[in-house]
Amino acid sequence: MDLKLKIWRQTGPDVEGKFVHYPVHNISKDASFLEMMDILNEELVANGEEPVAFDHDCREGICGMCSLFINGHAHGPDDSITTCQLHMRKFKDGETIVIEPWRARPFPIIKDLMVDRSAFDLIIQAGGYVSINTGGVPDANAIPIKKENADLAMDAAACIGCGACVAACKNASAMLFVSAKVSQFALLPQGKIEAKQRVENMVAKMDDLGFGNCTNTYACEAECPKDISVANIARMNREFLAAKVS
Amino acid sequence: MNLSYSSITKKIWMSLMGLFLMIFLVVHLGINLLLLFDPTRELFNEVAHFMGTNPIIQIFQWVLFAGFAIHIALGVILQIQNWIARPKRYKVKAISEDSFFSKFMIHTGIIILIFLVIHFANFFIKVKVFHGVDDFILAGVNTGMEDMGLLVVKLFELPEYVIGYIIVLLLLGFHLDHAFQSAFQSLGLNHPKYTPCIKGFGHVYAIVISLGYILIPLVIYFTK
Repeated sequence: MDLKLKIWRQTGPDVEGKFVHYPVHNISKDASFLEMMDILNEELVANGEEPVAFDHDCREGICGMCSLFINGHAHGPDDSITTCQLHMRKFKDGETIVIEPWRARPFPIIKDLMVDRSAFDLIIQAGGYVSINTGGVPDANAIPIKKENADLAMDAAACIGCGACVAACKNASAMLFVSAKVSQFALLPQGKIEAKQRVENMVAKMDDLGFGNCTNTYACEAECPKDISVANIARMNREFLAAKVS
Repeated sequence: MNLSYSSITKKIWMSLMGLFLMIFLVVHLGINLLLLFDPTRELFNEVAHFMGTNPIIQIFQWVLFAGFAIHIALGVILQIQNWIARPKRYKVKAISEDSFFSKFMIHTGIIILIFLVIHFANFFIKVKVFHGVDDFILAGVNTGMEDMGLLVVKLFELPEYVIGYIIVLLLLGFHLDHAFQSAFQSLGLNHPKYTPCIKGFGHVYAIVISLGYILIPLVIYFTK
C-alpha cells in the first residue's frame, strides 16, 4: 500500500505546530498502524530527519499508552480497539491519513503526537482508591457480592485510561473515564465506605483540571477502545447527587 | 451566580429546568391548539384570560421566568467552559456522536432565545405592559377579555412570520430531541430496560411538540 500521511509536528510544548506531509510506500496491509509509523520513522532517521514522536508501550491493547486521532477518530476508524491493534487493511491504497494528537487543554502536547495525560493520574490520586488495611488474606466469600455487580464493576475497571473519551468528546470532557473509575468502586461493598468523598473529590479534581462538561453526546462510548458504557456516567451522576444531598 | 458549582451540579440544574420547560411546552401547545377547534376564538380567549389573571398562575409565571433564566445562563456558562477545554480544534473530526443534535444545542438554543424575545414582545409585553390588544367582542357583546386569539391570527396571516415560526419550531424540535434523553442521563436515570424507552419517547415528544406548534400557523394561514 502507498499512503499519504498528514502528521501534526510540534517540536515542544510551547511551540507552534503544523501538519507535515509524508508519503509512505510498500506498506503491507497486514502491518499494524504503529508498525507503519515505525517504518516511516526508520526512513526519517535514515534521511537524517527527526522521527515522529508518539506514545506506545505494550502494543497489545491493554496498557492505555497509545493514542492518536486518526482521520477524525480516536484510535482510528475501527471499533473497540486501541491504535496499536489497528491494521492498515482498514485503509484504502493511496488514502490520505490525517494523524493528530489528543486535543484538550488538560492534555498539553509534549512533542508531535505525544500528550501529557498526567491529569488522569491526578484524578485517580483525588479518590480513585480504597483505604484498606491489608491484613491476612480474607476468605474469598466473606463478603457476598452480586454477580451482576461484580460484572459491571469489572466492565468499568476495563478502562485503560487512554484518554480516547476526552479526545473524542466535543467538549473534551473526562466524564467517561472518571465515571468508570468511580463505578468500579461504587459497585462493590469495599468501595461503598468512601463513596461520598471519592465522587466529590474526583469530580472536583476533574473540573479543576479544566476538562469540559458532559453534553451526553455519547461520542466517548462510541470511541472507547474498551466499550465503557455511558451508564457509568449516569451512575456517577447518581453517586454525586446522593453525596451532595446527604 | 457562583461559577464554582461543579460540572455535574450545573448539569443537574440544567436538566431539571429543561424538564420543567418541557412540561410548560405541553401546556402552551394545548392552549394554542384550542384556536383550531373554535373559530369564534372564545375558548382560546377564555383560557388566555385565565392564564393572565389567575393569581396562582401569576406566581407560577415568575417560576417559569426563573426556569428560563437558569436554563439559558447555565447553557451559556457550560458552553463557554466547553470551548475553553479544547483551545485547538481538530483538523479532521468524524461524527461519532450517538445523539446528533447534541452538537448544536447552543446554536439551536440561541435561535430559540431570539425567538423567545420576539415572542415576548409580540404577546406578553404588548398585552401586559401596553395593553395594546382590542377587547374580545362575541356576538356584539364585549366580553371584558382581551382578544388574544385575534392577535395570534393576525400574526399568522403574515407569510414571513409563518415561515420564521416554522423554522424556529423545527429547531426547537431538534433541541428537544437531544434534550429529553439527556435530561434523564444527567439526573443519573439510566437503566438497561427503560433508557431505550426514554430515548424513543424523547423522539416522539420532540416531533409532536414541533409539528403540533407548526400545525397552527399552517391551518390559520391557509384557511384565512
